Amino acid sequence: MDVKINGETRKFDAPLSVLEILQAMNLPSQKIAVELNLEIVPKSAYDSQIVVQGDQIEIVHFIGGG
Amino acid sequence: MSVDNTKDDFMTIAGRQFSSRLIVGTGKYVDYAENAAAAEAAGAEIVTVAVRRVNLSDPSAPMLVDYIDPKKYTFLPNTAGCFTGEDAVRTLRLAREAGGWSLVKLEVLGDEKTLYPNMPETLRSAELLIKEGFDVMVYCSDDPIMAKQLEDIGCCAIMPLAAPIGSGLGVQNPINIRMIIEQSSVPVLVDAGVGTASDAAIAMELGCDGVLMNTAIAEAKNPVLMAEAMRHAVIAGRQAYVAGRMPKRQYADPSSPLAGLI
Repeated sequence: MDVKINGETRKFDAPLSVLEILQAMNLPSQKIAVELNLEIVPKSAYDSQIVVQGDQIEIVHFIGGG
Repeated sequence: MSVDNTKDDFMTIAGRQFSSRLIVGTGKYVDYAENAAAAEAAGAEIVTVAVRRVNLSDPSAPMLVDYIDPKKYTFLPNTAGCFTGEDAVRTLRLAREAGGWSLVKLEVLGDEKTLYPNMPETLRSAELLIKEGFDVMVYCSDDPIMAKQLEDIGCCAIMPLAAPIGSGLGVQNPINIRMIIEQSSVPVLVDAGVGTASDAAIAMELGCDGVLMNTAIAEAKNPVLMAEAMRHAVIAGRQAYVAGRMPKRQYADPSSPLAGLI
């Protein structure tokens, strides 16, 4: 399936949970926030929230800023 | 209040007490290590941070939180770069999820050249955020009427610009800053435009509760030394304000007594 993450299209084998996608991409789930199709995914739902073909995900974190 | 008990002179924002009145940004530094050293030298308790996409091609790239500990500093997520209320609200919802904090800095920009705030959008998004339970510290123009409206809808700190963001021009409109301070019952912080230590001291002498700065420290030749200078300037300005300055006079007034002159 194709999933758009931070504007880039990525291919994954099957429907996966948000947590599995984060793990596949080596992203530390405690230091980030995830938005799925413009809705925030609470950290508590990373395991249960399933991502399907065509979903759009934003993964953000804190960086330096004024 | 004596100089000694300025130690108990806290800045209270949204029910939280801070002994440092200097908030520093974390942008424009050479690296996060220098950034961390500057925040330490500034004696800051609050640092502003931006919310951006993670680097998918290099997830092992250094992260801000590895250098500046969110347990030691209060992270104040900002909405820098947002030009609409929707973008600002979306950014801060993500920030709250990433960090778990509801204290945020709202800035909705109106123009790329001046980075002046878009006040109607700022007001609209502040209302939305406050309804959602955020504690909103708001970057705003130095217009006392706008500042009053922001306070009335429930912003927890009013943060007018001293001069355009990153300009280093210092307090350009002390009359308006003073008016905003006099009318406000929430903290007023000068946000943006400070260039050097005397600018910060002037803001504090006007009666500001605090100062927020980034570029003045990050773009100094020696950022860590400038951070320390800013710490002293904010403390000195605060103490001078609390002490109450002497009146200005048109002509001289001798300091030595005239009685007993030979």
